[in-house]
Amino acid sequence: MTSSHEALAHSASSAEAAPGTPPGAARGAHGPGGPAADSWRSRLYRWDMKGSPYAFVAPFFILFGAFTLVPLLYTVWYSLHNVQLSSLDHQTWTGLDNYRNLLSSDFFWNALKNTFTIGVISTVPQLLAALGLAHLLNYRLRGSTVWRVVMLTPYATSVAAATLVFTLLYSWDGGMVNWLLHFAGAGPVNWRESDWGSQFAVSSIVIWRWTGYNALIYLAAMQAIPADLYESAAIDGANRWQQFRHVTVPQLRPTILFTVVVSTIGATQLFGEPLLFGGVSGSKGGSEHQYQTLGLYMYDQGWIVGNLGKASTIAWSMFLILLIIAAVNLLLTRRLRKSQ
Amino acid sequence: MRTNFRRSRRMMALAAVAALTTSLLAGCAKDAKDGSSDDAGGGNGNGKITLTVGTYGVFGYKQAGLYDEYMKLHPDINIKENVTTRTDVYWPKVLTRLQAGSGTDDIQAIEIGNITEAVQTQADKFVDMSKYVDKSQWLDWKNAQATTKDGKLIGLGTDIGPMAICYRKDLFQKAGLPTDRDKLAQMWKGDWAKYVDVGKQYMKKAPEGTKFVDSAASVYNAALGGGTDRYYDKDGNVIWDRSEGVKKSWDVAMTVATSNMSAKLKQFDPTWDQGYANASFATVACPAWMIGYIEQKSGDSGKGNWDVAAAPTASNWGGSWIGVPNAGKHQKEAIALAKWLTEPAQQEKVFSKQASFPSTPSAYPNLKPAADTTAYFSNAPLTQIFSDSAKTIPTQVFGIKDQPMTTAITDVGILQVEQKGKTPAQGWDAASKEIKDVLGQ
Repeated sequence: MTSSHEALAHSASSAEAAPGTPPGAARGAHGPGGPAADSWRSRLYRWDMKGSPYAFVAPFFILFGAFTLVPLLYTVWYSLHNVQLSSLDHQTWTGLDNYRNLLSSDFFWNALKNTFTIGVISTVPQLLAALGLAHLLNYRLRGSTVWRVVMLTPYATSVAAATLVFTLLYSWDGGMVNWLLHFAGAGPVNWRESDWGSQFAVSSIVIWRWTGYNALIYLAAMQAIPADLYESAAIDGANRWQQFRHVTVPQLRPTILFTVVVSTIGATQLFGEPLLFGGVSGSKGGSEHQYQTLGLYMYDQGWIVGNLGKASTIAWSMFLILLIIAAVNLLLTRRLRKSQ
Repeated sequence: MRTNFRRSRRMMALAAVAALTTSLLAGCAKDAKDGSSDDAGGGNGNGKITLTVGTYGVFGYKQAGLYDEYMKLHPDINIKENVTTRTDVYWPKVLTRLQAGSGTDDIQAIEIGNITEAVQTQADKFVDMSKYVDKSQWLDWKNAQATTKDGKLIGLGTDIGPMAICYRKDLFQKAGLPTDRDKLAQMWKGDWAKYVDVGKQYMKKAPEGTKFVDSAASVYNAALGGGTDRYYDKDGNVIWDRSEGVKKSWDVAMTVATSNMSAKLKQFDPTWDQGYANASFATVACPAWMIGYIEQKSGDSGKGNWDVAAAPTASNWGGSWIGVPNAGKHQKEAIALAKWLTEPAQQEKVFSKQASFPSTPSAYPNLKPAADTTAYFSNAPLTQIFSDSAKTIPTQVFGIKDQPMTTAITDVGILQVEQKGKTPAQGWDAASKEIKDVLGQ
């Protein structure tokens, strides 16, 4: 306070004395008692040191609180009520009824099973193929950048566009896949309505989109493997395949683990592909719910049928399932680390 | 559910482009004229009032030039349309905004699948339009669907979906059936089961690679749209498992599904579009709004080969209302605009541009379909057929969850029988389970 008063007085007087001189310069010249300004400055500095980091991270946490944490907690509240989308203000307390209903609902278990099977038949081949592709790309190739860009193209296309194309390819009557099957001498498969056929079709969209992405991650990790490991392996007489098995894969272990975790989370939340693949009533996941995932079931209950309470329950169940998966992953990582 | 997507699929791309250009143009116009005119309007008389109209899919108001016309008539009004392409995205959004009491548009469109929900749960959020209009302008059954128990009219009728049968003359001829539209209408008059009988005849000599109908589900929808009984009774109790209308329609659909006369397509899927292009089915139950769709998807090869005959029973499929939410900023102006947009004269204009069939009977004598559409459908008296149907449609009782219940029956029950070879009993079981899930039972 005092210092600013002084400064004001000074600048006023100096402005009167010498109109040409800028006030700041005048203040600097006269110098209003050093210690006061210094302590102010050092206090500011200390605040800066202590406070700035919080200020910098605050926007994220404020947004996180407003758009993630509060809604998250609100869904807990919803999941304990009977709430209809059309009358949000009429909530009747039902306790754990929603959870009980969910556990006894065939549709829920079916969705859980589908999420798991689609997850397995999309994630496993996807990661294996990505590993293989990355290995191939790791050789010296002409135009390697081109290949890498091409690999990433499916990832860059939108789910909607990709799924639309796949839907046409897999169409029951006149689709290209059935046409090819016909040439191979096999009968047509109803890709949308058969159990495995539809799950395979959905998985293939996922595989197509994500293989290149994972391959690039593997490739990056592969290039960090020291070349002398391969050299010594070669001196020991290891061929390419043995090098891949005994050098590349062990070195990639942390990366593989990372992609497994990310893909698992992605598979648990699988939503867009089956929704669009199902066409007009995609949220049902086929006439027998044969490819209805948990994400789809939640969407169907919440926004198509309008049972928000039940949808919230499903959301929380998904969250719990993800927690379990995370825990299993953690255990696996620990064991892997110990074995190394 | 089908009704849901009819508009969106019809011209999804066009709508997206329209939405983009609308917002761009609106943005430009606002900036160019005066930066802050938009909200000042309510207060002083000089500023322009911007009214927003929330719609889904292609409503046709913009396409028919109605907004421009209205703005010319009322220089102080500026209209902006907010289009959401899909109804299943549009309606939940509207519901949450209505309940939040903010963010709604000045005028909000309501689809037939949601009107009962709006009437029963949102009536206090909408202006009672019966105070401002002459209700006798509209078809009685159209008003009835938007009216609450205590007589409040929450929306003004826009289009309806009276039903006819569109059929391929060329295929009928090859199958040795009559091609005359009156003779055909006579053959199946009064009962959808008779229509299915014609289908059996067709299949005896069906041209290679063709079926009688596109899907069993479309027959179900058409048959159900003609009965008074649906899933709920007048008091709002669920009666789907003992409803006469549901049972009859289900049985007809089952005959279709089990007698090899269906092309097994899912309506509004890309494969359905291909079915039109390849002429793989001979008939489709077509509400008025589907006429343009058929013309577009069948392309040149269908020209003059399509014809239209009266449906077995008068039946309605689809349609909308526009309502004025209480939360709107410019209620008085919005009411005036909603009134004007739904007047018979305006509905006529939308019809000639968009083939959305008016809900105001006084417009019927003046309806003029586009000349090339008439030629496309073998000069069938389109407006005559559709307006005859429109006037005789019974008042149907709708319930809150009609739409998901229909989806459960068509997309689960019927589809399992049609595409997976299950028995009708198994299909019905599956549909029942689904409906119970919908009802939270």
